[in-house]
Amino acid sequence: MAKRKLKRVDLIFSQDCSCKDILTAALKKSREEIIQELIDSGLKGRGGAGFPTGLKWKMAAAEKGNRKYVICNADEGEPGTFKDREILDRVALKVLGGMALCAYVIDAREGYIYLRYEYRFLIPKLEKMIETFHKWMDEFDLDFRVKLFIGGGAYVCGEETSLIESMEGKRGEPRNKPPYPTNQGYLGKPTVVNNVETLVYTMMIMRIGAEEFKAMGIEGSSGSKLFSVSGDTHKAGIYEIEMGMTLEDFVKEFGDGDTKAVQVGGASGFCVPRKRFKETTIGFQGGLKGFSLPTGGSMMIFNSSRSMYNVLHNYLEFFEEESCGQCTPCRVGCQQLLKGIEAIKRGEKSHRYLNDLMRLSETMKLTAKCGLGQSVANSFASIVENFREEMIY
Amino acid sequence: MTVKMINLTIDGKKIGVPEGTTLLEAAKLEKVKIPTLCYHDDLCIAGNCRVCVVEVEGWRVLPAACATPAMEGMVVYTNSPLVRRARRDILALLVSEHSTQCTTCYRSTNCELQELAAEYNIDNEIYINLIKDKHFTIDRTSWAIEKDETKCIRCQRCVRTCAELQKVNALDVIHKGANMKIATFFDTVMSEVVCTNCGQCINRCPTGALTERRYIDEIWDALGDPEKHVIVQTAPAVRVALGEVLGFEPGVRVTGKMAAALKHLGFDSVLDTDFAADLTIMEEGHELLDRLKRKLVDKEDVSLPLMTSCSPGWIKFIEHMYPDHLGHLSTCKSPQQMFGAIAKTYYAERKGLDPKNIVNVSVMPCSAKKYEANRIEMNDSGFQDVDLVCTTRELGHMIRQSGVDFKEIPEAKFDPFMGDSTGAAVIFGATGGVMEAALRTAYEVVTGREVPFDGLNITPVRGMDGIREAKVKLENVLPEWSFLEGVELRVAIAHGLTNATQIMDDVAIGNSPYHFIEIMACPGGCIGGGGQPIPTNAEIRRKRAEAIYTEDEKMVIRKSHQNPEVIQLYKEFLGKPLGEKSHHLLHTKYVRRERV
Amino acid sequence: MRTRQSAVKAAVEKHGKERKNLLPILQEVKRSKNYLSRSDISDVAAEMNLSSAYVYGVASFYHFLDLEERGQNIIWICKTISCYMKGSKDILLALEEALKIKVGETTSDGKFTLLQTNCIGWCHKGPAMLINDQPFTDLTTEKVLNIIEEYYQKS
Repeated sequence: MAKRKLKRVDLIFSQDCSCKDILTAALKKSREEIIQELIDSGLKGRGGAGFPTGLKWKMAAAEKGNRKYVICNADEGEPGTFKDREILDRVALKVLGGMALCAYVIDAREGYIYLRYEYRFLIPKLEKMIETFHKWMDEFDLDFRVKLFIGGGAYVCGEETSLIESMEGKRGEPRNKPPYPTNQGYLGKPTVVNNVETLVYTMMIMRIGAEEFKAMGIEGSSGSKLFSVSGDTHKAGIYEIEMGMTLEDFVKEFGDGDTKAVQVGGASGFCVPRKRFKETTIGFQGGLKGFSLPTGGSMMIFNSSRSMYNVLHNYLEFFEEESCGQCTPCRVGCQQLLKGIEAIKRGEKSHRYLNDLMRLSETMKLTAKCGLGQSVANSFASIVENFREEMIY
Repeated sequence: MTVKMINLTIDGKKIGVPEGTTLLEAAKLEKVKIPTLCYHDDLCIAGNCRVCVVEVEGWRVLPAACATPAMEGMVVYTNSPLVRRARRDILALLVSEHSTQCTTCYRSTNCELQELAAEYNIDNEIYINLIKDKHFTIDRTSWAIEKDETKCIRCQRCVRTCAELQKVNALDVIHKGANMKIATFFDTVMSEVVCTNCGQCINRCPTGALTERRYIDEIWDALGDPEKHVIVQTAPAVRVALGEVLGFEPGVRVTGKMAAALKHLGFDSVLDTDFAADLTIMEEGHELLDRLKRKLVDKEDVSLPLMTSCSPGWIKFIEHMYPDHLGHLSTCKSPQQMFGAIAKTYYAERKGLDPKNIVNVSVMPCSAKKYEANRIEMNDSGFQDVDLVCTTRELGHMIRQSGVDFKEIPEAKFDPFMGDSTGAAVIFGATGGVMEAALRTAYEVVTGREVPFDGLNITPVRGMDGIREAKVKLENVLPEWSFLEGVELRVAIAHGLTNATQIMDDVAIGNSPYHFIEIMACPGGCIGGGGQPIPTNAEIRRKRAEAIYTEDEKMVIRKSHQNPEVIQLYKEFLGKPLGEKSHHLLHTKYVRRERV
Repeated sequence: MRTRQSAVKAAVEKHGKERKNLLPILQEVKRSKNYLSRSDISDVAAEMNLSSAYVYGVASFYHFLDLEERGQNIIWICKTISCYMKGSKDILLALEEALKIKVGETTSDGKFTLLQTNCIGWCHKGPAMLINDQPFTDLTTEKVLNIIEEYYQKS
């Protein structure tokens, strides 16, 4: 796998091309052409799960019926992620443009931006943008309207089927899959749910073309993406960087010189210790074993003054609270992991109990109903494996 | 239309199943049992307990068999090391969240978690006990249902039952994460919410989290008190299900054994609710004819359709959900309550007993009957008409406690005097039975002839369809009923409160085409009642219903108005149906209730 | 029987009775007094022809549909590790001291309720908090006291 030096990109926030022009050009293409271009670009969902965007649109486009929905997932809740807020704050029209593209491709007339409650302060601005956008839609003669839907404060609603349940006036509990939303989504109709950043990239691909987009990044992880950098760094903020950077390069750029670990992908992501910075790249290939890690962009940097026990404890408290609670492995598993490390720390359980908890996290990964429960094991296992002594003493 | 077949491999065996079949169903076809907890035959798929996970080649995760459709070419392992380990972990997690005081649990030996935990050899010490730190409560406020949070495994079967089958939604899931639990509105006590006491949640609870409030000790106390004359009445549906808790297969009629066992337990008089069911038909049948006359002849503004009032779950449901339409309910008390009122008046008088020393015990297939007996209106005899109500399950417990060998006990008969019954009364236990019994009597009263159905079996009103309807044309009627000449009597039957809602919505907007409607709160009617043996499913309910109809056919008298003891009761005590004494003892009023 | 509140009726009318509008309706009903009471929930349920337990179950799922009485201003302090690393604990302690309440409590004058919440998306500018809808970032103990003072004057 080719490794490259960290390379900054300026697509998402660039103001050098108007959204309207991009849409004008794109809407002259056929649906099939747009789908093909997205597929060729290799764009994968930027929310963290990494499903190929072109394929998602293709599946929804293939569904019959005249009621379909486009939903922009702006329920950004992964600890350490703040890119979607920044996008909506600065380039909301690009997001809306991406929604229009999708609506055109799949033949949808209604769209929603599912905005997390914590970003309510963006509402006035977004409403204004939507107003402008609707005027464009009239000019383009595209029958498509977008509404805001405000979340209620639940991390799990970032999972697309929970998000849909929540929009239907229910508890945001993930559904059984199949059926997938492209087949039966909001109100039972075919629905595309895309992350904020993903939608912007569909517009950018329309602008620069699939070729140029694909030229960036590495095999299986093309293009660039936004990274939300926080923790022990002097350069906390948002950066657009080519896919495929190594953590070594990342830490060189952003670390404070004493970086001991980087948490890639937030609480549901992986903790990478210093000794593995060199061999770890950021992309979609595989999980921890392939050392190429997927992420929604959360990059938390910890220096040697930090207790990884505290980090894990904080994550587990988060999961124990944010699990929807419906499935056994996640509801009870999260509580057991949290109580388990506490008991070990207090000396009430032997350090061997960590092995039981590791096995439990593996079971959670295999059997939980949705991505939330499945990914608790990511941070748990990677922190415990690499910082075992910190868990015990 | 041909069904597409899906080819897959389960545990090394290649099979084909129709498209849409789940892995759980596919395995079942291959006689492989995959363990389940949140799955229930009567309910929609939840896929939340994850006990049914299986391994599929090439899949990153272990999918839940109940929620995963068979797909072409799948290679499935239902019992691989990975699957066994995962299931064991999941069961251990459930155990860590569950009160494991099995020795003192009412559901011990009939608990799905206990069974699986034993099967998978779960060590109680694997994970940290979580319930210690939680402020769980046991809610014993309801006359009918006990809710013990320490035993809840959050499978949500009760929630789905209450929503899907009953459209009551008294229970729902609240909070999330570690705090997620099953609760009522703002965690209000069960006695003060919209709960109808139907007990369908109890029947589907895999553990002891939801049980009926037990009165076993109170009954033993009464039996042991020499001052007391303890009468027991047994509902029709009990005799076709009691066997299930005492070693018989579903559908076996144990009427005679039950009567014998009750005598052995020490009841002073072993009587039959069926007697009161016949009495109910007399009153309710005449109420229908009376309402028809007032409507058609006197042009009065009476509520039609008339709706049955035997099912206390249904009564509380309509009181909460349709408080503006209580006028449609028959004012007749249920058979249990008619029996109680008559026992403490007529029976007491005839036997020379002081009614204050009579203890009326009833054995019911129902949890709502416990509530009904405690309604403040139910004191027309001057005392609480029915004192203690136990379920079929509780009677099973009592019989086991007594040491009686139920399988071997020789059959006995009910005691005379309020022990007589007819086939019409027996079928009260199945959905459509009250309607059939009422038609057998009403038709004959009006025309002087038997109902025009082969062998008195009014088959259109039978069966398990959620809503059924029938028409009976009244021709060549007797002179006093001339206003009914040519009238086509239209009737409907619904069981399960979701189906009742469908009927009731039409009634509420004045759009119901029927004259008479039978509604039973529970799926299948009383044979599927909330006090019946666990488990329940469509097949078991069908067998119980079959047994009910067999019992009917074996009866000598099959029409309520021919019950000799009922005839005698009217002659000696009540006078006539809807008479003054009937009105006082056998009829009741209903209460408007809030919907929280 | 109790009559239903006109504010609830108006909210249901505005958004529509279909279940899909439940969240916007609850959010709107909540706005007037910062929390949802028993009667709010049961009135919404009745107006929408849903069960009260169901609506309660939905409301209790979401952090920001508060079901306990709250003050005029709700302070939500981020408790995620990134803010913690930047000193959110000090901010919390400073607020507890200034307002003379603990987390989860409301001041006796009913002006402030102090709560914690999960990541609010300002990790690069921690410690961060929300007061009602408004985010505040790069907090210091000094800064936070000034902010509180401002809100105190306003309300």
